[in-house]
Amino acid sequence: MSFNLAFYFSFFVVLGLIGIALLGVAGAKLYVVFGVVIPYLSVVIFFAGMIYRVFKWASSPVPFKIPTTCGQQKSLPWIKYSRLESPFTTFDVVLRMLLEVLFFRSLFRNVRVEIRKGGPKVIYWSNKWLWLGAILFHYSFLIVLIRHLRFFTTPVWSFVRLIESVDGFLQVTLPGLYISGIVLLVATVALLLRRVFVPTLRYISLTSDYFPLFLIIGIALTGIIMRYIYKVDIVSVKELTMGLVTFHPKIPEGIGSIFYVHLFLVSVLFAYFPFSKLVHMAGVFLSPTRNMPNNNRAVRHINPWNPPVEVHTYEEWEEEFKDKIKAVGLPLEKEE
Amino acid sequence: MAESEFCPEKDELIRSIDYRPPDKPWMETKPVFKKGTYCFAAREKHLAYLGFPNPREWEVGAEDWQLPENWKEIFIAGMEDRLKRFRSFRLFMDICVRCGACADKCHFFIGGGDPKNMPVLRAELLRSIYRRYFTWPGKILGKLVGARDLDYDVLKEIFYYAFQCTECRRCSVFCPYGIDTCEITMMARELLVSLGCHVAWTIEPVANCQRTGNHLGIMPHAFKETFDFLTDDIYDVTGIKIETPINQKGADILFVAPSGDYFGTEGTYTCEGYLILFEYLRRKYGLTYTWSAYAGEGGNFGMFTSNEAQKRLSAKIYAEAKRLGVKWIIGGECGHMWRDKHQYMDTMNGPADFLEEPVNPITGTKFENAKSTKMIHICEFTADLIRHGKLDLDPSRNDHLIVTFHDSCNPARAMGLFEEPRYIIRNVCNNFYEMPENTIREKTFCCSGGAGVGSDEFMEMRMRGGICRANAVKYVHDKYGVNRLLCICAIDRATLAAMMEYWVPEVDVGGIHELVANALVFPGEKSRDTDLRGLPLKKPIKGREEGEMEE
Ligand code: SF4
Ligand code: SF4
Repeated sequence: MSFNLAFYFSFFVVLGLIGIALLGVAGAKLYVVFGVVIPYLSVVIFFAGMIYRVFKWASSPVPFKIPTTCGQQKSLPWIKYSRLESPFTTFDVVLRMLLEVLFFRSLFRNVRVEIRKGGPKVIYWSNKWLWLGAILFHYSFLIVLIRHLRFFTTPVWSFVRLIESVDGFLQVTLPGLYISGIVLLVATVALLLRRVFVPTLRYISLTSDYFPLFLIIGIALTGIIMRYIYKVDIVSVKELTMGLVTFHPKIPEGIGSIFYVHLFLVSVLFAYFPFSKLVHMAGVFLSPTRNMPNNNRAVRHINPWNPPVEVHTYEEWEEEFKDKIKAVGLPLEKEE
Repeated sequence: MAESEFCPEKDELIRSIDYRPPDKPWMETKPVFKKGTYCFAAREKHLAYLGFPNPREWEVGAEDWQLPENWKEIFIAGMEDRLKRFRSFRLFMDICVRCGACADKCHFFIGGGDPKNMPVLRAELLRSIYRRYFTWPGKILGKLVGARDLDYDVLKEIFYYAFQCTECRRCSVFCPYGIDTCEITMMARELLVSLGCHVAWTIEPVANCQRTGNHLGIMPHAFKETFDFLTDDIYDVTGIKIETPINQKGADILFVAPSGDYFGTEGTYTCEGYLILFEYLRRKYGLTYTWSAYAGEGGNFGMFTSNEAQKRLSAKIYAEAKRLGVKWIIGGECGHMWRDKHQYMDTMNGPADFLEEPVNPITGTKFENAKSTKMIHICEFTADLIRHGKLDLDPSRNDHLIVTFHDSCNPARAMGLFEEPRYIIRNVCNNFYEMPENTIREKTFCCSGGAGVGSDEFMEMRMRGGICRANAVKYVHDKYGVNRLLCICAIDRATLAAMMEYWVPEVDVGGIHELVANALVFPGEKSRDTDLRGLPLKKPIKGREEGEMEE
């Protein structure tokens, strides 16, 4: 797939989605469709899809215990083993997974290598940019999500308020600026630029890599626009969202179209999620190279389909070579 | 030796490294089967002996691979079957985000620049097929979502890159989801062998091992004679007479080593090391052990072929341990052998309930970590002996050697054996220097000839893949005068030797137990001024004089 096709296709699809929402709401006045039907549908697709995916993975067994060990095994009592890099117990595995999921530990390890001509010279450098980008992206996304709980709870849960106030401590705009929104936008753009400008990365990137990035940029932008520029009526928005969570959907008058665009893009993201690489969010927990203990020789792992195979038995072996075995005086089972 | 029709000379090779990907998208480029970058085809007789599908004489470079008529269906059905049997496979097909963190972690990409040697793209070759035949978006949208049809060229491409992966797992260390391209390569190779498409350097050893009990096809009489030859050699150098028990019933321990150790040039010294160590333990502590000519292979090239082939070969070891009535098993210095024995053996062939939980009778140490498989690594065993002061060692006997240690991929990333070998080295040798941190332990670089591609006709790729390792060796050579590269893998001892000859000729290669034997003060040994290899010692050894009899 050529870069141009993958990149522009994704870009225009997202533009198209924005167009559809605008037409649908500002033009055709399909408020119920965009405000109620599509959001419900997307949430259903999201949950059904994710359950399907996880079920599908889980339905394939794990025939072998194949942790990737990145540290000392547990062997002799006087050798200290690495709990995190070569977990032996379930507790160790949980620790390893926590660090992986919460702090992207493997990504943190990143060491770039390159060979320079002359010598040849091999250069290593620790590269944490991808890790930083990924951390900022995921955590700002998480905070933004939590902040949005404000629209779905009355009274607003206190931890949501807390996060809001921390996130908005920079009171430079009115309404107060949320750092997470800006960070999300910047990190997503950075990830996108990386894809475009690192030649090898550009070479491996597919439509399915650009599309979610554009989509999230679209979501972040519309969110920012409606908060700081074309402000929408927050009270009405909350009326709508509360209607959705309490299953008494209603469409209040006078919410700006930009809100519906935002909501539509979010819905698309939700519906797209289970059918894309974004499922890594759930998949990471199932990865057998990370979520299994390195206690292979101590605790036997069962393979449910372990089939019998044809083994060349000792008897067959002795039968075939018995003269030779005898000639050099090695013992035989069957002496004649 | 490395420079040949299969490998350009150094300067040319370095000049050709180019990290710029081609302009054409990867789905539109085809592999070029250039000499030096692929292994020869598996032979008809070996495939036939094993009863594998589609045995025939064919060539990898040829246009026509003589595939079965319905090869596509076989491939797709095989994929479906494996998606159902391996969660790893299905998951790894789904969750890669193409972040590129693994891209420059593969030695073949680093040393060549072919973008399809980036682990992520190596996996995408198969993933694109997965999307096309097993996912809805792929079925409907095709190329747009990175899906493509399986055709002849695609199959050849999968073959080409499945055999440019040494299943070393280095990429897996750096992937945020632990995606292990080795696992994907294994699946690809299983699928390929179901069409009779595999490489000679793997299938021949599998066939040999199935029949004779070792990869090299050594028959029992020659097996015995090999050991006679080695013990004669030891006697000439050290004056120690060694007993080599083979197929002996009732010994305490069954010892299994890779055949490369008793038959490969660099390996034999390691094997002499085992022989001397066990002789020492027999005389001093009455420990009895035995080799087996039937289960004479620690390595397992079946692992590079298919699960089935792997199990066929490894099953012999437990069967033989049972027949001989030993208590437990020790395995020698071999890399992939230990992935097989550590991660697969018990699951495939266990439970080994006819064996005892391993306890070192000399030190009383219980090897709790091997209480189920009953198989311990010789380095665990020796480290334990040294720790308890059971070996009389004089490390100054290795003073002529300045050593560094190469972690082999499998003991490193599929077992976590890091400290045991280092502990031994420090106790048998006074000059040990580590290579730079980014090239050792879990970040170690493959010898580039593992996973059944260590053949001469693959030399260019091996030398390319070897640049990082060689460079690190050169660094410690220049800085500390390192002249011996130690490793605990029989394939390494062969492939690293060629790599050193090409990149750092001042450094030779050897195993750890060779150094253990060098350092071991053996009652009754004779005076001498060389080590096992005949290299001059710094300080001659005073023992009994020539002509005096060993008691
Ligand atoms: S590091 Fe893992 S997720 Fe990232 S491109 Fe490589 S295989 Fe895919
Ligand atoms: S397993 Fe090793 S050889 Fe294979 S892709 Fe990963 S790094 Fe490269």
